[in-house]
Amino acid sequence: MTIKLRYFAWVRERVGKPEEDIEVPAGVGTVAELMTWLSSRGEEYAHAFANPRVIRAAIDRTHVKPQTPIKGAGEIAFFPPMTGG
Amino acid sequence: MTALSTVRLQREPFDAAAEAAKLTCGRTDVGAVVTFAGICRGDEAGEPIAALTLEHYPGMAEAEIERHVAEALARWPLMGVTVIHRFGRMVPGEDIVLVVTASSHRAAAFAAAEFLMDYLKTRAPFWKQVEKAGAKIWVEAKATDDAAAGRWNKRQAAE
Repeated sequence: MTIKLRYFAWVRERVGKPEEDIEVPAGVGTVAELMTWLSSRGEEYAHAFANPRVIRAAIDRTHVKPQTPIKGAGEIAFFPPMTGG
Repeated sequence: MTALSTVRLQREPFDAAAEAAKLTCGRTDVGAVVTFAGICRGDEAGEPIAALTLEHYPGMAEAEIERHVAEALARWPLMGVTVIHRFGRMVPGEDIVLVVTASSHRAAAFAAAEFLMDYLKTRAPFWKQVEKAGAKIWVEAKATDDAAAGRWNKRQAAE
């Protein structure tokens, strides 16, 4: 399953790129599992996802929880808590 | 007449008075307009800042704001809502965000403007970075903003 990943703010800075297309291995079923798997991809990912509890996620531009399944997702974004307004 | 609603993300400054006038122009049923502007302060956490840069998630930011505007229109008897959020770099004194709400009476206009601002702070995908003492620092989310947004879950639209 190929998914477009997008990163914002300090998650983007730590990963070192704004977006990428990745092949997600079978067995990675939820947003939380995806973060765990990403952490294992290298130092920059380990740094970005060191504290997954503070990272927010969106699937296809809608906020989701860590336990949300990623099946069928086209685009998944990871970012810190929002500070707009 | 149906409610007018406008959501805009832009790099350029906005004219708050002109935006408010658009909601009342040519009609006599509006009795209350609340205009809220969020402005870039010259300090963050007690220290002076040189500038603020707002990053956003294009596509999701508009969708998220529009969802909340639709919710405000469903909860309060509004005649118009305008939300404009800037992105990019701005210096202290510049406007960041504008919320305008129009209704026949003030209670709905005040409540809806506050509701929209509380949600913009915590749910709209924007991130602030400040330039402070030569360094760029991401602003941390505040628990008080989460609490302010949370109170709307318990309230009904009866106001």
